Amino acid sequence: MNDAAKMFADMASRSAVEEKGLSRRSFIKLSSVAGGGLVLGFHLTVNATGKKEITTLNAYVQVRPDNVMVIAAKNPEAGQGVKTSLPMIVAEELDVDWAQVEVVQSDIDESRYGMQIAGGSWSIPMNWMPLRQAGATARAMLLQAAAQEWGVTASSCRTEAGSVLHPQSGRSFRYGELAAAAAELDVPNVESLVLKKPSEYKILGRRITGVDNQAIVTGEPLFGIDQSVAGMKYAIYEKCPARGGSVKSANLEAVKKLPGVVDAFVLKGNGDVTQLSAGVAIIADSTWAAFSARKTLKVEWDETDAADDDWNEVVAAAKALQTQTGDKLLETHGDVDKALASATNTLEAFYTYPFVPHAPMEPQNCTASFKDGRCELWAPTQTPQWALETVANTLGIEPEAVTVNQIRMGGGFGRRLLNDFCCEAAAISRHAGIPIKLQWSREDDMAFDFYRIGGFHALKGGLDASGRITAWEDHFITFTEDGEKPTRGASLDSNEFPAPLIDNTRLSQTMKHTGIPGGWWRAPGSNGIAFAVQGFIHELAVAAKRDHLEVLLELMSKPTREAGENAGKPLDTQRAAAVIALAAEKAGWGQSLPSGHAHGLAFHFSHAGYFAEVAQVSVDEKRKVTLHRVTVAGDVGPIINMSGAENQVQGSVIDGYSTMAGLAVDFSSGRIKESNFHEYPLLRVHMAPKIDVHFVQSDHPPTGLGEPALPPLAAAVTNAIYAATGTRVRELPLSKSGFTV
Amino acid sequence: MADFKLTINGKIQEFKDMPDDIPLLWLLRDEAGLVGTKYGCGGGYCGSCTVHLDGMAIRSCSIPAAALEGRQITTIEGLANGDSLHPLQQAWIDLDVPQCGYCQAGQIMNAAALLDSNPAPDEAAIDSAMAGNLCRCGCYIRIKDAISQAATALAYNAAETTTELKS
Repeated sequence: MNDAAKMFADMASRSAVEEKGLSRRSFIKLSSVAGGGLVLGFHLTVNATGKKEITTLNAYVQVRPDNVMVIAAKNPEAGQGVKTSLPMIVAEELDVDWAQVEVVQSDIDESRYGMQIAGGSWSIPMNWMPLRQAGATARAMLLQAAAQEWGVTASSCRTEAGSVLHPQSGRSFRYGELAAAAAELDVPNVESLVLKKPSEYKILGRRITGVDNQAIVTGEPLFGIDQSVAGMKYAIYEKCPARGGSVKSANLEAVKKLPGVVDAFVLKGNGDVTQLSAGVAIIADSTWAAFSARKTLKVEWDETDAADDDWNEVVAAAKALQTQTGDKLLETHGDVDKALASATNTLEAFYTYPFVPHAPMEPQNCTASFKDGRCELWAPTQTPQWALETVANTLGIEPEAVTVNQIRMGGGFGRRLLNDFCCEAAAISRHAGIPIKLQWSREDDMAFDFYRIGGFHALKGGLDASGRITAWEDHFITFTEDGEKPTRGASLDSNEFPAPLIDNTRLSQTMKHTGIPGGWWRAPGSNGIAFAVQGFIHELAVAAKRDHLEVLLELMSKPTREAGENAGKPLDTQRAAAVIALAAEKAGWGQSLPSGHAHGLAFHFSHAGYFAEVAQVSVDEKRKVTLHRVTVAGDVGPIINMSGAENQVQGSVIDGYSTMAGLAVDFSSGRIKESNFHEYPLLRVHMAPKIDVHFVQSDHPPTGLGEPALPPLAAAVTNAIYAATGTRVRELPLSKSGFTV
Repeated sequence: MADFKLTINGKIQEFKDMPDDIPLLWLLRDEAGLVGTKYGCGGGYCGSCTVHLDGMAIRSCSIPAAALEGRQITTIEGLANGDSLHPLQQAWIDLDVPQCGYCQAGQIMNAAALLDSNPAPDEAAIDSAMAGNLCRCGCYIRIKDAISQAATALAYNAAETTTELKS
């Protein structure tokens, strides 16, 4: 535990000091001796009546005597920037200079911090108001403390840059001088707080460089793979290449004799691939000794219950279903059969996208120490609170006996929402009786992911004589693991855009079984659906001989209440129309382009974010695609950190392009065929397009940016390829459709 | 098992009873405690493990430590000049290049070797030199901008130094 974290944990010392009857002066001195200052922390909870109230002094804000504001970053950092942006929100309402702020990663404690998760683009929308209130509460108490000291009214004082000022008398206190007095005041009612107006913001909306950047560029230990604890050894864990297989036998004695090897043993697993699969652990003196010993390890697997899926068989089965309506009706309104029969023009198309792994740059790892019935983890996970539960379940102990330290991740993209690697590390540490760092190889990471599930859309559309879309049918062929519901990230919402905006629609679904487990992959669902749906809208616009932009804006001319929703958030057609129009305007839609270049447009609404993207591509005679420029317009409400926001959008566009251009995993006999980056061609620097980012900073509460800029990209590119070549791409990656990048 | 004597960031360090074939990467990380150099693929595909060997950018996952006695090895921890950051490190902070940050040490080391050999690279030269370094977060635009900014800073520093020497 570092000093600041220790101070958070030692908050109880304040009441201890008070009980001893020490004066405020003594307390300041005592705290200073302890290397600290005073803690002002706040946590908002919802009580039984649903009314928000401040319940306890808690751990977001700590004002040190030297006027440094230590602000806790509560959520895991995977590269989405929340370790910087969430504290910015607190600092704004606290009314301090960003230079006065020191950020520390909080510990994991739901009672004090609420939900701590990096997922669903939730960090900003879930924490926006609570963190503003936390900062404003601290500010109000500091202001009140100054007013009392001076014997003036609080309303005659104001705050600025970490000080309280009394303009009439010219007096001022730095927050650090007021912290002790403020900490003794009653916590004000949340309704009494006065929050800043956007025009008063000094931190929000600015470009703030990431709080860990200095450590990143100098190579300080930060990531899961960098963790080290006393007495630690190094572990690998070999699992059956066909997912879900178990161990028949292994040459453990031979492995144990190898240099540097400390132990080798079999773990049976608990039957849940999201927790502990069966496998063989090797413990060694170094990572390399463990990796080397693995080459000697020979395991005979029992594949009775293992996956036996074959991608080509899946594709053939899905194609055979394309003319049918699905097993389950998800949504219908109007009369789609009648509308198709009476349409002036009808189209049918079959769209396919593959399974893809997350492939974060940091292969999965976790450090665990099991001792005396308790387990402590140093876990690069997006869901540390879920890790408490799953590790406890795996070990058969109470969640209270598990401690998770949240550690910066070398990429998440949804992979680290599931904590199988934490369960493995915990189980290995318990069996070995020592602390261990479990390190997956890149090959493990490719073979044992929870994949973005592949999908198939058999689409039908009808146009009337004026070229308006009057009928829409989508038979979505997806995957199930339990036979009852689509697996993680494999659902089609019953009111997925654009169906609710079209008079006659039918959405249906057929599920195929998969033993290759699915996972939430950046913008789950939307990352594949948008390709099919936004491509098909363009196909209909082309068939109607109409401008794609005009067709999209026509769809968005309906009132919001009819527009459906995504992940529980209603689609606001005015916000959608605004970003579509802005992207088109900024890209010069409809204007002349260099010879051989063409534009493609797509819009998608996901995770409460509105994004329209225009791709400018050219395609040479060998069908090599160059993506020159992507113009992005997005609306996620006010931007918290402009630097981080632009980085997320640029990254989403590049991730979207990388994935649609060349990425897929193939499988047969339940085994993933791709093993490393030579078979999984992530986009490289020379293929990255220019990216222009424009935000509509609408007056809605801010929402997250980790995901919603990704979904439109694939269709924007394939629509542009059509415009350039007349060839419609209906299967991803592009390499499957005869194109290269 | 073997003993190695290596020169890392200007200091000679001895390593006892090492596996004969241990790659430089794992010796740096697990034995020398220099964890800034990252494991990404183990096959030289991603560039996360890039360090300098006599000033050249190499993939430390794919080179045995045994071959390196007497050679100058520089890691990300040794790139700054004392407390003074390398212009690339400063540009990375100023332009807020990282997202997750995991690949960035390798990116910076690769870029530093580029600027040593080509102090004013154009976009094509940057693309060509950096094509072996993957960034899964897609920070490529800022990586290129930061290299250009650092090149400008280096040129400015060089001009200042020349002026000082003349005066």
